[in-house]
Amino acid sequence: MPSALINVPARAKRGDVIEIKTLMSHIMETGYRHIASGEVVPRDIITSFTCRYNGTEIFRADLYPAIAANPFITFFTTVTESGKFEFEWIGDRGFSETASASILVE
Amino acid sequence: MKIIGCIAILTAIAGTALAADIPQSERRSGTSFMSPDTRAMQDEDTANPGMLWVLDGEALWRRKAGVADKACADCHTDARVSMKGVAAHYPAFEKAFGKPVDLEQRINLCRTNHQQATPLAYESHELLALAAYVARQSRGMPIETGDDPEIAPFVEQGRELFMQRQGQLNLGCANCHDDNWDKKLAGSAITQAHPTGYPLYRLEWQSLGSLQRRLRACITGIRAQPYDYGSPELVALELYLMSRARGMAIETPAVRP
Repeated sequence: MPSALINVPARAKRGDVIEIKTLMSHIMETGYRHIASGEVVPRDIITSFTCRYNGTEIFRADLYPAIAANPFITFFTTVTESGKFEFEWIGDRGFSETASASILVE
Repeated sequence: MKIIGCIAILTAIAGTALAADIPQSERRSGTSFMSPDTRAMQDEDTANPGMLWVLDGEALWRRKAGVADKACADCHTDARVSMKGVAAHYPAFEKAFGKPVDLEQRINLCRTNHQQATPLAYESHELLALAAYVARQSRGMPIETGDDPEIAPFVEQGRELFMQRQGQLNLGCANCHDDNWDKKLAGSAITQAHPTGYPLYRLEWQSLGSLQRRLRACITGIRAQPYDYGSPELVALELYLMSRARGMAIETPAVRP
């Protein structure tokens, strides 16, 4: 049961720079580990993260096997208008999760 | 008389050479040994990965399970009220068994007796999630484990295990955590072994883990044979450590390096 923790300020002034913090539950199995019998544990990671602000992409990151479990991604953006931030995580084995948060701009 | 005097002096010297308890005023949570970055991660609920387990625990709390088709919430209703302060008393004495049980064992007793469901495996995601969710309700409250008179012999058993040297390195827990907690071991802080934040998220594990997992890792570190999950020895150790941390605040879900 994947779950995400999102931290976006509920309100801000137009032109403010805000920090957005996201945490997604994921094992981030590297694909380099072996089990006792010698078989490789298949890679299972998040490969891509995107954030859209009222439909426009404002942040994107590619993720690789060296990134720890439960990736914590934070970034900054300038607020322009009230609306919605939409987050999307895509990964191996058909992993696809979304979350969203609203902001009120005064 | 002279001989008796000598014995008294020798005993006094031996006494000081043995592990001394950490004075109350010098007790510190593992948090105070961490870097500011790790502390910031613990202190903010949207940055603390342990909260992922708490969220899952909240969902499990309301999910029906077992032959009885009951959820935790069906008996205990709102955990924020009913579970407040509960974890601060664990491990606690279980009259039916005449011995202490820890929080994970209590959850499994509830599952088998009241939900008529199969017990959850140690370190399984579900058991950690439920334990984290229950213990989270006591965050900030002082630990009160060990004040039950019936439990005293088990606290003493735990204390003996804590002091006892074992393994190929011939070390007892106290040799590091009582005698050398102000020093470092291979660059890592040696902490005082106050289990204030379990189950906790260990960056090294990249996961949440129980106090029993931590104890087993430490026992493996001194190259001794770790006790099995759920063994009376591990519960006694948990009990002693929690009673030793009495009065300190619960931090679940804590983050540790």
